[in-house]
Order: sequence, then structure tokens, then C-alpha cells
Amino acid sequence: MAAFRLAARAAAALLAAALALAAGPVAVAAGPKLDAPRSGPCVEDPKLMRRSHMEFLKHDRDDTVRRGVRPAKHSLAGCVSCHASRADDSVLGSDTHFCQGCHVYAAVKLDCFECHTPKARPAAVASAAGEPLR
Amino acid sequence: MNPVDKRRRDFLGQAAVAAGAMIAPGVFLYDYAKAAAPATPPAGPPATSGPVSAKVRWGMLIDTTKCASGCRECVDACNRENGLPGTTRPTDSQWIRKVDLKDLRSGATLSAPVMCQHCAEPPCVDVCPTGASFKRADGIVLVDRHTCIGCRYCMMACPYKARSFVHEPTTGQKTEVPRGKGCVEACTLCVQRVDRGGRPACAESCEAAGHGAILFGDLNDPQSEISKRIRSVATTQLRADLRTDNGVRYQGL
Repeated sequence: MAAFRLAARAAAALLAAALALAAGPVAVAAGPKLDAPRSGPCVEDPKLMRRSHMEFLKHDRDDTVRRGVRPAKHSLAGCVSCHASRADDSVLGSDTHFCQGCHVYAAVKLDCFECHTPKARPAAVASAAGEPLR
Repeated sequence: MNPVDKRRRDFLGQAAVAAGAMIAPGVFLYDYAKAAAPATPPAGPPATSGPVSAKVRWGMLIDTTKCASGCRECVDACNRENGLPGTTRPTDSQWIRKVDLKDLRSGATLSAPVMCQHCAEPPCVDVCPTGASFKRADGIVLVDRHTCIGCRYCMMACPYKARSFVHEPTTGQKTEVPRGKGCVEACTLCVQRVDRGGRPACAESCEAAGHGAILFGDLNDPQSEISKRIRSVATTQLRADLRTDNGVRYQGL
């Protein structure tokens, strides 16, 4: 009898999980509310970027640090210069700030900015360094 | 993403879409049509530098006869350029320091800056357990902070006490000079400037202050100013007996 009750409970849990999964895509479609970028299209297709930006950054950081390739196509400085908030020039600070907002939403730890600055450079300096204009 | 993972993900994604299309055609086919037409992304900015080549070897010549005792222009310029706090706390990083020497017998004094000597055979690279400490093809010795675990073995190995450990949380970093707690760091020969055809902040500020004691250039190019000076005057490398073949040379020691 106890075994039967356990199985019933497990079936109920499975059903609940299936319902939650079915409801999932609706929540995903809503997404986090983020600051708009400062200039035109991203260096890659946004769908690809959402999935693989960390891989691009990891690849190009080695090119820059070890082989001196500047500016790299996928650079964190490039992300920051385009996605920094117009209010405080930062990608961190609240859940509408670009990097923080999405990482909080996706529950993924963000540790780039323990060393890198989350602040965008003044426009003149950034354009001299070859970053996209804003 | 690993290509196998990517293929698997794409396959699963398409399988899900196909399954969905059989159950609820209207909704899913609309999404699929939208997803199937991605916009072409623009190209990134063209790289203006790199990859660096071993044809160049960057180095510096420090003329101790021109270096003024008590002048800290190079130290301050280094702190400004690299976003260092300056030595306000005993644990703060120091990429370049001024050293005053006195010969007790004759009373002769001299002053000179000491920083990472950018050795051709760097002991810090030999001992690094993770490969974070490395020498670039153009002779600049750097720490890759992405792989540095902060063991400080390189600090022990360096004969010049050139490296510092970041003990405190950092704020106000420069865009091109990321730095954070738990890593070892040292003079980078202002690699962000050198890659754009510039020269280190210390050399620039020394000239601006009217001393001109620091000369930066390519040691491999026989026509460069630094190579001509090294051929014509007697210069020394610090602790030349260790045969680390430093990129930084001193005149008048």
C-alpha cells in the first residue's frame, strides 16, 4: 500500500514538472527588461550572442593577452562601450543594467567585473581605441 | 561551444520544433519562420595591432646620470596610466620604484627606477605552475590573470622584486588594465600603448619632465635609437651573472 502511495506521489510530481515545463516558454518569451544598446547591431547575431558570448570572449581574450591582437572583434570593452547604461555609464548596478540584469535572470554568476571595469570609457578615448562609436 | 554540443543542440531544437509543428501548427510554424531568417551581423572593428612577432624585442635603456634623486615622475605616471592606487597602504602594488644608491667609500650617489626587467629567460615563467606567467613573442613578460591562481611563486623567483600581489579589492580599474584581488601583477611595459605604436608612460613622463633618462625601443633593430646607444656607451643589465638577459639596461651604474 505504501509503495502504491509513493508511486502515486511520484506520478503527481512528474505531472507537475511537465506542466511547469509547458509553462516555461511563456516566461522565456517575456525575458528580463534591459537597457537598450547605444549603437547599431551587435557584432554577431543576437541569438548566437545570447548563447555563446562567453565562448567568443574567452577565445579573443587569449588573442589579446597573449598575442597582442587589439581591438579583438569580441572584446569585453566592446560589450561595455555599447551596452553601458546611459544614466551611469555602467553595465552593473541594477536588474535593468545589461550584464547584471540578464545574469540575474538566468541565475549565472558573473565574475568578469571582479577585475574588468564595468564602466564605459569616454567616447573620444573609446573611438581612438577602435571601439564601436556610440 | 564545442561543435558536437552545438550540433546536438541544433538537432534537439529542430526536433522539438518539428514535434511542436505536428501538435500546434499555427503557433510553432510562425516562430520557426521567424527564427530561420537571422540578420547578417556586422563585422567587428579591424584589428590595428597583432599578432606580435619575435622580430621585435622591446627594451628600455635607463641613463642613471640623467635620473634625478627625489623625482617620482615615472612612478606617478605609471600609477595614473595603469589605475594603481599608489603606495598608500603597505599592501598596495608597486610596478615601478625609485632606488637611491650610495657608494660608502667614495660618497657617490645615484638614483634609478627599477621595474620588471623583461628578461629573455624569465625565472617567473619557469616556475609558474599554471602557465599564467608568460613571455610574449616581442619579449614583454606578462601575467595572464585569467589563469593566475595567486600562488606567488613568481614573486619568490624574481631576482628584482618586480612583482606585486593584489591583496585588497580593487575599484576604478582602467578599461585596458583590468586588475583584481588574488592575482600577481607587474610592469607590463604599458603593453596597451606599445601595441598601438606608443611607448610606456614612464618614458613619456620622464621626457616631459625634462630628464629624458628612460629610452624605449626595439633591441632587435640595429637602426633604432636604443640599439645605437647600447653599441656606443657601456651599459649593464642588473644581476647579469644570473644570465636572464634583461630587456631593461642601465647606463652609469
